[in-house]
Amino acid sequence: MTQNVHIRLASQRIDNTIVGTSEVPRLYTPGEIITCRSGFMRGHGTYMEEDALTASVAGVVEQVNKLISVRPIKNRYNGEIGDVVVGRITEVQQKRWKVDTNSRLDSVLLLSSVNLPGGELRRRGTEDEQMMRKYLQEGDLISAEVQKIYDDGSLSLYTRSLKYGKLCQGVLVKVFPSLVKRRKTHFHNLPCGASMILGNNGFIWICPTVSEDEENGLGGFTENLLEVVPRTDREVIARLRNCILALANCKMMLCDTSILYAFEESQKYEVLELLRPEPMLDVCVLTQQRLYMQEDE
Amino acid sequence: MARMDLISFKGLRLDGRRANELRQIRCKMGVFSQPDGSAYLEQGNTKVLAAVYGPHEIRGSRSKALHDKALVNCQYSMATFSTGERKRRPRGDRKSQEMSMHLRQAFQAAIRVEVYPRSQIDIFVEVLQADGGNYCACVNAATLALVDAGIPMTEYVVACTASLANGDVPLVDVSNLEENSGGPNLTVAALPLSGQVALMEMSQRFHLDHLPKVVECALQGCRDIHQILDQAVRRHTEMSGSALGWGNRAQVDL
Repeated sequence: MTQNVHIRLASQRIDNTIVGTSEVPRLYTPGEIITCRSGFMRGHGTYMEEDALTASVAGVVEQVNKLISVRPIKNRYNGEIGDVVVGRITEVQQKRWKVDTNSRLDSVLLLSSVNLPGGELRRRGTEDEQMMRKYLQEGDLISAEVQKIYDDGSLSLYTRSLKYGKLCQGVLVKVFPSLVKRRKTHFHNLPCGASMILGNNGFIWICPTVSEDEENGLGGFTENLLEVVPRTDREVIARLRNCILALANCKMMLCDTSILYAFEESQKYEVLELLRPEPMLDVCVLTQQRLYMQEDE
Repeated sequence: MARMDLISFKGLRLDGRRANELRQIRCKMGVFSQPDGSAYLEQGNTKVLAAVYGPHEIRGSRSKALHDKALVNCQYSMATFSTGERKRRPRGDRKSQEMSMHLRQAFQAAIRVEVYPRSQIDIFVEVLQADGGNYCACVNAATLALVDAGIPMTEYVVACTASLANGDVPLVDVSNLEENSGGPNLTVAALPLSGQVALMEMSQRFHLDHLPKVVECALQGCRDIHQILDQAVRRHTEMSGSALGWGNRAQVDL
């Protein structure tokens, strides 16, 4: 068996930074005083020291009326109500599941905030509690929406809509949460023949497209592992995954347009080639050019 | 052993530096994609990798969780090939345990742990090449990794060593050769902007008359390193921020 192995020296590594055209705003670094004037409130990423508002992270300042906060370029996922997230079950407890959503504490999915098979208005008894592991096991992936943020900062999720539920037969890509652009919709049926959930928490799920009528039949927990996904679909999914990784590597924002552009620009390469740094950079540069052109129009 | 002169009559040290000169510092942030923050730092020939995970849910026993602040967990390790002689270094040996403890002490002073109750922050540092001042390089690399991870800190933690040559000249940023040739050795981890000291350690006794001079020398070294790290952080933030188009929301200038 022959294998294509690429090993390169550190000095031969290519620089994968893409230079944006936007001018650089004022940056603050930990310990730097933002303002000594009183009358401001301290937000995230700041603290008060001897009447001076000081930054505690490296990033840009955001001001909402009197509230001043510093937003770092990269951090853990900070949930907001209404966010679409993709998460992995880490624990089954009484009446609730613990879900890893890349935030600083595990999120909670209550038994009462999932759709159980057999209608919306079903009462939940002790039987359901015993059946919990049947529905969702440790290691299962789910898509959900943030319903509530508890006092300690952990999130409460819900899946009481047919959009959400258990995920199977697809690929999970993890990127830094700050790379995912906030949009009205995070569910995308891409024209290239795959569906994508861009979780606000940086978990991206790519799966083969399910037809509308089929989707409505799913109660949220059905798992169909017997169905074979055709090779062409799997190639599309693999290409999408590599494109997303390439964009994330160059620290470009991810949304349906940028991913689709990258997908189209990557057609001249084999799926496998997209794992090498040069094609990755090339795809990103071309994608960014197209995004700028679109902006100018 | 005959004591070598640490400083020549022309005022140069064994590696050609002057007494108050640091070794060259080169660093890079965001070297890995798996951890939340990472950094690589070279201080002369001492090379260190740092990775930060978290804040995340407590791993292992839940009873370790602190209800009002985050748990800081550090792990120091040295690569087999890091020193002159090749040697297997198990992770839990005395020396690295002590180093891990000292790292934790320094970072607990600077990380704003009260912002993240019931979570855990993991800091892993690995020495790839040891040429003196390992602890300092580790602290500096871990600081960069923490900034990269976006974890709030009151300010940078910066560490530096100092020693005394010929009985009266303080030396900053001591290399391995100078460490081994027998002078007393002082390590300081400081918060340079406020001038607080997070950790101070001496390998031997200093005469009380010399101590203030050596401490001031080490603190000056910390302030110099702080400048270098701050520049690196700004450069990195600028680069990644402009590639991102400055993220999800527009920023407002004061």
